[in-house]
Amino acid sequence: MATISLKDVRKDYGRNPVIHGISLDVANREFIVIVGPSGCGKSTLLRMVAGLEEITSGTIEIDERVVNQLEPRERDIAMVFQNYALYPHMTVFENMAYGLKIAGKNRTEIAERVSSAANMLELGPYLTRKPRALSGGQRQRVAMGRALVRDPAAFLFDEPLSNLDAKLRVQMRLEIKALQREVGTTSLYVTHDQVEAMTLADRLVVMNGGRAEQIDTPMNVYLKPASVFVASFIGSPAMNIIEARVAAESRGVVVAGRTIDLDHLRLHLPAVGAPVLFGIRPEHIAVSETEKVDLLLTVSAVETLGADALAHCYFEGGKKGRDFVVRLPGTRTVRVGEHLPVVLDRAATHLFDPESKKRLN
Amino acid sequence: MIARARSRLFAHLWLILGLIVVAFPIYYVFVASTHSLQTILRPPLPLLPGDQFLANYSEALFGGVGRIGGVGVGTLLLNSTIVALGIAIGKIIISLMSAYAIVFFRFPLRMVFFWIIFITLMLPVEVRILPTYKVMVDLNLIDTYAGLIVPLIASATATLLFRQFFMTIPNELLEAARIDGAGPWRFFKDILLPLSATNIAALFVILFIYGWTQYLWPLLMTNSNSMNTIVIALRKMISFADADTEWHLVMVTCILAIAPPILVVVLMQRWFVKGLVESEK
Ligand SMILES: Nc1ncnc2c1ncn2[C@@H]1O[C@H](COP(=O)(O)OP(=O)(O)OP(=O)(O)O)[C@@H](O)[C@H]1O
Ligand SMILES: [Mg+2]
Repeated sequence: MATISLKDVRKDYGRNPVIHGISLDVANREFIVIVGPSGCGKSTLLRMVAGLEEITSGTIEIDERVVNQLEPRERDIAMVFQNYALYPHMTVFENMAYGLKIAGKNRTEIAERVSSAANMLELGPYLTRKPRALSGGQRQRVAMGRALVRDPAAFLFDEPLSNLDAKLRVQMRLEIKALQREVGTTSLYVTHDQVEAMTLADRLVVMNGGRAEQIDTPMNVYLKPASVFVASFIGSPAMNIIEARVAAESRGVVVAGRTIDLDHLRLHLPAVGAPVLFGIRPEHIAVSETEKVDLLLTVSAVETLGADALAHCYFEGGKKGRDFVVRLPGTRTVRVGEHLPVVLDRAATHLFDPESKKRLN
Repeated sequence: MIARARSRLFAHLWLILGLIVVAFPIYYVFVASTHSLQTILRPPLPLLPGDQFLANYSEALFGGVGRIGGVGVGTLLLNSTIVALGIAIGKIIISLMSAYAIVFFRFPLRMVFFWIIFITLMLPVEVRILPTYKVMVDLNLIDTYAGLIVPLIASATATLLFRQFFMTIPNELLEAARIDGAGPWRFFKDILLPLSATNIAALFVILFIYGWTQYLWPLLMTNSNSMNTIVIALRKMISFADADTEWHLVMVTCILAIAPPILVVVLMQRWFVKGLVESEK
């Protein structure tokens, strides 16, 4: 049980900077998910916390102790790897017991701790098997068990579920969450899957190109994305972000020739006529039932998902290629070529600066 | 169906013929080793084993062979075994350690050392045999096991083999071990060594035979008959004059000289094949 604190942590590979200064304070028992596209430096960050990668500058503290110079074993952490990294020549029991054995625990204590972890993970029947004779999901559990028996200050997970099939992934996701709640170990979890990120995290770290774009609870990240990148990365399908201009008298923004009044955002709008990026999620758009219409769209393609349908549209008179996605209830049938008058949920509109890509409201 | 049966029959005959060609000389040596000297010297040699088996083998093993100073073949077998085991085990230990250093540690001049080891591959033993001999004489190691074994222990081939194998070990395994708290020595002992077991077994077979069949180096290094390896002694037993040579004992020694390598291959066959074709990963 511990806190983890990163202070302006940087990493260069040779002359090539990969992490550009990340600060993060993780509370005791907190579950932090680090999410971002491939190559943004998530694994590098995690491996620096683990002690597998040197820190170029900044400090990392685990339980208020600076660990920059410490070997992994001295940091009291456990890590679960993407490919599990089980020792192929050891049985499940030996795999889980190895860390304890090195730590010099006596036999009875090892047996106790392994069997209680095995019970938690329902690995009891497999303790004498070699990893080769286990399914992917079972191996995953052994890797979890290996971390669990150590009872470390923190768990570090590097995309632990990405080698599993979709169904098992959902199941293991729930199990990991339940397990972490139960044992209450502070956790850092790396993934590029935003559903995993949203469901597991107490707080999310959204990374892009070696920077933390936003650190906040999943709901806040969803409701108030700090940048265009976060807005389009979190949420599926992605948020619609369109170039707009500030309308006369700062009443709102002009999108495709129509003025969308945003009275409540008046204070956040830049000067009249200035370009601005206007964002709205597909689920915050509804087909207009009244006279009031914000945008007039033409449907170019429909994806039916069952519970709902995604209508890919373009603006009336606009270019055909530009995609504007609307999420409709599954019960409403739409046809390609149909004209859709829509209204936007004012409370869920987002404004971004076209230069800095940062959030304005 | 008939055509297939016939081609199978043909294949079998062909294989059996091959087997006979390979196995017959060895069989004939065995046959000769069970006849008395007189029978051997009076051609033709019978095709079936004779009745001198016990007499010949006990004379060779315990009686001593006159032409090599009365040393028994038992002593020769012991010498050869010590030398072959020493070379095989020594080579494996040295090359495991150097491959471990080269693959898993970052130290200055690492690649230079690697290339130095690699380059020795291009030099046959014969090229460096005289300087090595001089060193051994200076160290007073003539007629010692150390002198027979140590100069042959360094092995670029085995080092490269282990290096290749170590490089296929996923990095995560090393990292998992580091996080579990294993230092370099524990990682080597608990993880690398067990994973290399099949490779080690395969290499052991090859190197044991290599050590057993060494000729030139033991010939230079041994003066005393009691330090001869069996291969050297075998050569010494044969005189230019047919009558001087105790052919029955030579034949016994031949059989005894090939038995241990065969034994090693047979006993380790399963491991050997496994080590050559797969690795546990
Ligand atoms: N040993 C290394 N030497 C040089 N560059 C490296 C090294 N390891 C990683 N990088 C670079 O650092 C960047 C971040 O890599 P990292 O593995 O942290 O990405 P990631 O976010 O985990 O991506 P993924 O989701 O694909 O695993 C990448 O651009 C990568 O090319
Ligand atoms: Mg990664």
